[in-house]
Amino acid sequence: MHQKKLRWRIIKDRAFRGIVVLLAFLSMLPLFLILFYILKNGLLALSWELFTEIPKPVGEKGGGISNALIGTFMLVCTAGVPAIFLGIAAGTYLSEHKARKLAYWSRLGVDVLQGTPSIVIGILAYLWVVVPMGGFSALSGSIALGVMMLPMIIKSTEETLNLIPYSLKEASLALGVPYYRTILRVILPAGLSGIMTGILISVARIAGETAPLLFTAFGNAFMNWELSKPVNALPLLIYNYATSPYAEWHRVAWGASCVLVGFVLMMNLFARVVTRKWKMQF
Amino acid sequence: MENAILRTQDLSAYYGDNQVVKNVTVSIPEKTITAIMGPSGCGKSTLVRCFNRMHEMVPGARIRGKVFLEEADVYEMDPITVRTRVGMVFQRPNPFPMMNIRDNVLAGYKLNGVRLSRSQRDEITEHSLKEAALWDEVKDHLNRRGAFLSGGQQQRLCIARALAVEPAILLFDEPTSALDPKSTAHIEELMTELKKTVTLTLVTHNIAQAGRVSDFIAFLYLGELIEFGPTDRVLTTPKDKKTEEFLTGKFG
Repeated sequence: MHQKKLRWRIIKDRAFRGIVVLLAFLSMLPLFLILFYILKNGLLALSWELFTEIPKPVGEKGGGISNALIGTFMLVCTAGVPAIFLGIAAGTYLSEHKARKLAYWSRLGVDVLQGTPSIVIGILAYLWVVVPMGGFSALSGSIALGVMMLPMIIKSTEETLNLIPYSLKEASLALGVPYYRTILRVILPAGLSGIMTGILISVARIAGETAPLLFTAFGNAFMNWELSKPVNALPLLIYNYATSPYAEWHRVAWGASCVLVGFVLMMNLFARVVTRKWKMQF
Repeated sequence: MENAILRTQDLSAYYGDNQVVKNVTVSIPEKTITAIMGPSGCGKSTLVRCFNRMHEMVPGARIRGKVFLEEADVYEMDPITVRTRVGMVFQRPNPFPMMNIRDNVLAGYKLNGVRLSRSQRDEITEHSLKEAALWDEVKDHLNRRGAFLSGGQQQRLCIARALAVEPAILLFDEPTSALDPKSTAHIEELMTELKKTVTLTLVTHNIAQAGRVSDFIAFLYLGELIEFGPTDRVLTTPKDKKTEEFLTGKFG
């Protein structure tokens, strides 16, 4: 009797373990399928031309995505620099003054902003920047993307700094180091790996955003280096080309997808390396 | 006290409405070790944190009364100046994890933006580490981060860091409570050595430790200074009944 019960329990135990492994595998399946399709279709489209040429008119063979690459780079940089500074500053405030009223409300604001659909942020950038400026521009796209980056950087900074023991701050203050230097030279460097990870992940996120760019950066068939003019971006190019009826454009869209996914993947892997290598032990 | 380097006058400390230190008047004699002793929660740590104005870093904390360092009112001085004159070593070793051993020792200069020449840097590093009895163990690893050091070595690194800025007085806030007996013995030995050059204040709830290293004992109970006197006298013939009860283990 006892033996039988025990065997039944062992069987249940094994079955449970099997299900857990299966589910873990299933959760990875979508990623592998996406990667497989993109690589299958995209790798063929990759060529030197793709990176150096601008798109060609319908009917002509070849053409590349160089304008979209430059555009995405411009958008991410212009969005990133102010968002990183503001985000780290706000995250530091939230971690330093946890209990203040202002902290409570800004934390709520950050949560809501993080949950705001990106298309809504795009509309706001349209109303606030595109309309007053009288036209689509890279700048308006950057502002929309920067607003999307902010909550991610604020959150990761706040959470990273919350993990830094108070004793470290005490050590610095007790040496007569002023508060602002303690924050800049002890607390932020100690949290560098977490903050960097947040930045990399948020860059990866916004590089692939399409919705906020639809009526801000708008897209551009030509090369553009000016912030005040419409600019092409990888996701915009993919959106426009994939929905077009031309087989040649589909090919370019696959190539661009491949490049974009490759970039996002690389950023994420890089973030992992940063987390592991720069991790502080307290 | 003839050579008091630091003294308080009717010092009270509060966290919000909660008074933790009550009208303490005490003098710390120069180049001695004064143990501040008492049961947990009696305000020992808070008292010494008023000496270097670390108490005020806690939101809602305030003080009443006066603290004098070499007859200058500490609360009239800039807190940054006070803290370079009154060093502190904490319960848990807290070296800076992103700095190597040398930079940890020089942190008081580096973080304050003081520029030192190469020879000054080497000299201060060597001198401070020797004073903290750590030089021989780390002299070949000065460019490595301190994470590989043992707890006791890390605590001595923190002592070296505090000594490097040449404070007039060093506050030890239960410096051995996170260490094993061997490291504790090492730190205690170091303290007796250090009092030749610097005044030490030791917060401890360990009677034996106070007996081993201190010259004077201040006994605190519920925020009040119950008794102050030479260690031998306080430990053998306490004047106050509360002190006697604490020493005989009736509470604590």
